[in-house]
Order: sequence, then C-alpha cells, then structure tokens
Amino acid sequence: MATSPEQSSSGADGSSAAREPILSVRDLRVGFRTRSGVVPAVDGVDLDLYAGEVLAIVGESGSGKSAMSMSLVGLNRGPRTMISGTAHFRGIELISASERQLRSVRGKHIAVVFQDALAALNPLHRIGKQVAEMITLHQKVSGRRAKDMAVQMLGDVGISNPRHNAEAYPHQFSGGMRQRAMTAIALANDPTVLIADEPTTALDVTIQAQILDLLKSLQRELGTAVVIVTHDLGVVADIADRVAVMYSGRIVEIGTTEQVLYAPKHPYTRGLLASTPGVTGPIPASLPTIPGSPPMGAERPDGCSFAPRCAFVLRECATTPILASHDPSDSGHQDACWLGELTIPVPDESRSTL
Amino acid sequence: MNTRRPPLLSASGLSVTYGGSVTAVCEVDLEVAEGETLALVGESGCGKSTLGRALLRLEPASAGTITFAGTDISRLSRAGLRLARADMQMVFQDPMGSLNPRRSIGAIIAEPLRQTRGVSVADALRRARELLERVGLSASMADRRPHEFSGGQRQRIGIARALASSPRFIVADEPVSALDVSVQAQVINLLGDLTRQENLTMVFISHDLGVVRHVATRVAVMYLGQIVEIADRDDFFAGPEHPYSEALLSAVPALRGDPSEVVRERIVLRGELPNPAAPPAGCRFNTRCAYATDLCLTETPALREITEGRMVRCHFPASDPDGRAVAAVDRDEDPIEHTAISSPTKEIA
Ligand SMILES: Nc1ncnc2c1ncn2[C@@H]1O[C@H](COP(=O)(O)OP(=O)(O)OP(=O)(O)O)[C@@H](O)[C@H]1O
Ligand SMILES: Nc1ncnc2c1ncn2[C@@H]1O[C@H](COP(=O)(O)OP(=O)(O)OP(=O)(O)O)[C@@H](O)[C@H]1O
Ligand code: SF4
Ligand code: SF4
Ligand SMILES: [Mg+2]
Ligand SMILES: [Mg+2]
Repeated sequence: MATSPEQSSSGADGSSAAREPILSVRDLRVGFRTRSGVVPAVDGVDLDLYAGEVLAIVGESGSGKSAMSMSLVGLNRGPRTMISGTAHFRGIELISASERQLRSVRGKHIAVVFQDALAALNPLHRIGKQVAEMITLHQKVSGRRAKDMAVQMLGDVGISNPRHNAEAYPHQFSGGMRQRAMTAIALANDPTVLIADEPTTALDVTIQAQILDLLKSLQRELGTAVVIVTHDLGVVADIADRVAVMYSGRIVEIGTTEQVLYAPKHPYTRGLLASTPGVTGPIPASLPTIPGSPPMGAERPDGCSFAPRCAFVLRECATTPILASHDPSDSGHQDACWLGELTIPVPDESRSTL
Repeated sequence: MNTRRPPLLSASGLSVTYGGSVTAVCEVDLEVAEGETLALVGESGCGKSTLGRALLRLEPASAGTITFAGTDISRLSRAGLRLARADMQMVFQDPMGSLNPRRSIGAIIAEPLRQTRGVSVADALRRARELLERVGLSASMADRRPHEFSGGQRQRIGIARALASSPRFIVADEPVSALDVSVQAQVINLLGDLTRQENLTMVFISHDLGVVRHVATRVAVMYLGQIVEIADRDDFFAGPEHPYSEALLSAVPALRGDPSEVVRERIVLRGELPNPAAPPAGCRFNTRCAYATDLCLTETPALREITEGRMVRCHFPASDPDGRAVAAVDRDEDPIEHTAISSPTKEIA
C-alpha cells in the first residue's frame, strides 16, 4: 500500500548509508494516441535515481525526455495518453497514484522546471504571486512571509531587483527571466527530487553558470537529487554525476559522466559528441551530423531504432539490443548495442567521422 | 566585410521603451550587410529579442529609423509592411507561444507564403511539406497540431515557417537552443547553405557561443540595451575587447579534451544586470567591471571604432593594457571572481 511521503521521510537525513534509489522507474511507457496511430514516446525505460546525485538526460529531440519527466508527476495524463510501468518514490507508486496523492508530492517532494516556460506560467498572475502560491500550497506560512520568500527565491535565481520584478507579468519578462522564474517556483519548497527540463537553454553563459551553481549547492546542502534534461554537453560535463542518453523512447547508454562523455560506447552517443560545436578548434564548413533522421511519429523500425542511421549495422541489429554492461570491470556503464554485446571493437576515429 | 557593401538593413538611433520607463533598447546603430550572419549575444534580459523584433517592426520603436533594401520601413503603412514581411521574417524565441494551437502545422507554415506572396493553398502546402523535411521533420506530420510536438520539434516548425516565403532577411531568436547537437548541426548547416547559396541575411540571437562561432560572420555584444562590442567573428573569438565580452567568453562550459583550452579562467560576474529603468551613470557596465575607474563612473563611453570594423564601447578595452594598468586604481574590492575551470567542479564534491 502506498504511504504518504511524510510517513516515510523520517530517514532522509542524507546520512543514511544504504545506496537505495530514491526514485526507481521500471518499464515506463508513454504513448500518445494520434490519428495516424500511437506514438511510443517513451518505450520501456528503467532508471534509478539516488539521493544527492545529478543525473543528466541527453538525447535526440523528440526522444521522450519531456514525456518521461511529465509522466512521473502525472502532468500529461489524459484521454489521449497511455502510461504504464512503475515509478516508486518513498513508498508511493507514482504512475498509478491518484491525482490527490500526486498533488501532495508534486511541487513539494518532486518539482519540475518545464521546458516551455511561457506556456507553464500563468499569464494573468504576477510572477511573485506565482512563486508565493507554490510556497503557501505546501508550507504553513503567512501570505506576507511567502511573498518575502518568493522575492528571496527570485534573487537566488539571478533575477535583478527581485522585489520590483516580482510585480511583473510573464510577458514582461525576457525568455531567460521566465525560465529562471520557473526554476524559482520549482525550488520554492526545497524538493527532494528536482526535474529540470532544459533549465538553462535560454540563458547566457554567465547566468547559466549561476543557475548551475545554485543547483549544485542545493544538491550538496540538501541532498536534493537533480535530473537535468539538457542538450548542452558542456553543461553536462560541468554538473552531472551520471548521464543517460535517450534515443527514440529508450535509454541507449548510461554511466558516469566520465564514462559517457569521454569513453562513449553507443554509436548515437559518439555521433552526438562529434556534432558539438566548440568555442575553440577548427571551424568546418559544415558541422558533422548524423545522417538521416530519427524515427518519427508512430513509425518505429523493428530492432535497434538507430539502425537506419548507424554506420556499423549488423545482421543482429534487427533484434532490439538490451541495455546492459559489456565490461565486467565497470557494471555502471551500460549501453544498448550489439557491438558491445558481441564484443566487436569500434574503430576510434569513428568518433570524429560519424 | 572589409569591402564595404551597402547594408541590406540598417538601424540608426533605434530605441524601444516599455511602459514609458524601461528602455530595453537604447539608441542602437547597426548595419547588416547582404549575405552576412550577424550574431547578437548578451546577458539574459539585455534586450536582444526586443531589438530583433524592432528591426522587423514587430515591436514599435520609440525613436530611430530602420532602412531595409533602401526603403525606410520605419514609416511604412500597414499594407506596405505586409508586403515587406515577405522578405523579412522572424523565428521566435518562445516556439509554443508563437504557434496557433488550433491550426495544423502545415497551415501554420504555409500562412506567411499565402499572405505575403499570394501563393495558392495547394502550392503553399506543398512547400510547407518540403520545408518540414528540410528542418529534419517529416512531411507526413503536416496535419498535426503544435501540442503534439516536442520542444525542439516546435522550434523547427518556427524555422520552417520563417523560411516559407524565401525571405531575404531573417531574425532568428535562439533558433537552435532546444535542439540536441546532432539536429542542431543539421539546422545550422541548412541556415549556412541558405546564406551561402541564396544570399540569405541573418541576425542570429544566441547565447551559445560555440554555435555563434560556427554560424556568424560578425558578432555584436549587447549589455543593458546597448551594443558594447562589434567584431568580425575570428577577431572576437581570438580576443574580445570589452570587459563584458571577456567575461562572457570565459564562462562557456566546455567538454575537455581540447589541449588549447586546458587553462582557462572563468570570470564570474558578481552582482546583477542593473535595473534597465535606472541604468548606472557613466558606463552602464561599471557596477560589475573589474577595470572601472572614476572616469567610468561619470563619462559614458561611446561606441568607437578601434581597428577597422571593430567597435567597442569602453574607455579601457583589452587591447589597451597600459590604459588598464593605469586604471587599476584604489579599489576596495575586485568586483569579479576568478576561478580556474580547467578541472570540473567535481572534485569539490
Ligand atoms: N500530446 C502529444 N501528442 C502526440 N505526440 C506527442 C505529444 N507530445 C509529444 N509527442 C511526441 O512524442 C515524442 C516525444 O516527445 P517529448 O516532448 O518527450 O520529446 P523530448 O525528448 O522532450 O524532445 P525535445 O528535446 O525536442 O524537447 C515526440 O516525437 C513528440 O512528437
Ligand atoms: N512587454 C514588456 N513589457 C515590459 N518590459 C518588457 C517587455 N518585454 C521585455 N521587457 C523587458 O525588457 C528587457 C529586455 O527584454 P528582452 O526580451 O529583449 O531580453 P533578451 O535579451 O531577449 O533576454 P533573453 O536572453 O532572456 O531572452 C527585460 O528587462 C524585460 O524585462
Ligand atoms: S545495435 Fe546495431 S544498429 Fe543499433 S547502434 Fe548498435 S550497431 Fe548500430
Ligand atoms: S568603460 Fe570602464 S566600466 Fe565600462 S567596461 Fe570599460 S573599463 Fe569597464
Ligand atoms: Mg522536451
Ligand atoms: Mg530573448
């Protein structure tokens, strides 16, 4: 039976030694019904999140990163959405939890920074009020106190003149200011798990550094587990402890940041790294890309979904490869590719020519 | 850029004021030559989107003129402007907010083409499908609605819509920020092809300096409503002149592995972007500048050309080390923090 988060939170003082995941996702599937069939946005994801870690999720646009994040807090439930699988968080199974149960978790224990800040903010309410509302929803504080806390939060996320800007409406904010307002709302109640969907995409590098520092201190001081969805591999290198790479609804590689960014295994991960434009080094006339495009909509090939774009495709690839460790010495680094399964070495220069 | 061609677009003394008090864009002079890609970078909230919209007259200017292809568009009537729009398009920063949720994406992309060029419905839809493929989506998705797409897919729908009428000039506001690097590379290459083959002229707003370095021919840096530096791409990345540009470039988080960047110092700016309704006197950057002197507190620096094609708004640019040394007067506190970023912060944890 599900228990309330309050009952089971007693041991979460950060020092409890066991490496029990705080959030444990199994076989998560999210499908959207459309006129042309069901879009399998998330297609069987297993994921464990540990207290105090920063897990980055990177991957192709449309690979299901947002759909996965939203389904964990029940924000994309609806007649056209089919969600299955389990996600255990402190004695609650989030996927089957009632809306009432989720309301006590969402925003308090698990907070989400949405990708589309303009769509997620209420256009008719002042920014400060929206932050304060999130505070009073979960904490017993006076309206005045909540407002002060809201102003403080806005300052923490780098909004200048927070007292003045708290009175602004979303349309009066720049893109990056809205994104930071969303982050302030998410951080309002010191969540146990923070899911941040592209929290820094609209931010210039100096403010990006400020937000990343804020997330890092949160993680250090409160033991918050942070899931950060981002396409910026520089940000990943800067902040993440572990990285999961998604392609077409599945995790195709996962490991420590060191393993995934500096010793990538899956051909898709290698292609991603090769496409990254840097601020130093040569400037090619055109950037290396991965040929072809990912499966779109309801269509999805049998077997490895990267096969139509993969330079190494084998006969075995017609069967879906499973996510597994292919190196007995580091079980933490897993990938879903037949090359590893069959221990076929990949020529190293493929990383730059893919 | 060295051979001075007449600009396709030029703005002079352009200002935009919100609510009578916030001057989001302050007396900007800017020229964009045909076929070039001018990147606009700067701190969040400094006025990039506002300037971009104002250049296309999507935001009313409170002062200044804009000339496009020899025509003063700041005085165009509504009808004249509608015609001009065929040649001037915008990719908006907030993709969802700019896409009509009730229409199919095919219709959304086809719309500017039908409105401004009078193309038939069938032809416009055909072009829409072709553009969907070019931005890495699939033509079969044309009858789906915006909410059925992911963030990065919506962003590409916005790009396809802007390209539909084959404009000569586009302002692209963070057009690739939500794309994974491999799709990002595809879109950057597409825009690059259009600028090279069809002479497309672009103002490219981005906070991602890696991307800027790969698409831009010139870089303009904004701070608090003003342009503080303009330079050719290579000059800018070889060594920014303005103290704010220096901070910006130093803070780029990067993958390691490139030997040329092992020792970089991150300059963390303290303090915040000042209130645009009450900018500091003198140089607008003086509250956060490591080199500020008494002069900077009182004397507003002009945007001046220091070498050919290179403009800086600073009394003590980086290429004037002597000036900076003299300027290092009695300051109580260094307003910036220097931290090495050669090794990631991981080791602290
Ligand atoms: N409401 C919906 N109806 C139909 N399809 C949808 C819906 N929402 C998302 N999709 C599809 O599901 C897939 C996954 O979308 P999701 O938003 O999770 O991608 P993402 O990984 O977050 O991508 P991005 O990096 O571009 O934000 C996409 O192919 C998208 O087109
Ligand atoms: N409609 C509006 N009413 C009042 N103020 C506004 C409005 N739109 C923008 N502003 C203000 O104008 C300034 C510049 O905003 P703008 O959106 O141009 O910034 P930006 O450089 O594009 O930032 P970002 O990188 O975060 O998108 C900000 O201080 C913002 O709060
Ligand atoms: S399983 Fe086969 S097709 Fe898929 S990534 Fe590996 S080699 Fe390529
Ligand atoms: S003018 Fe002075 S305060 Fe302004 S950027 Fe230059 S050195 Fe700094
Ligand atoms: Mg997304
Ligand atoms: Mg903007």
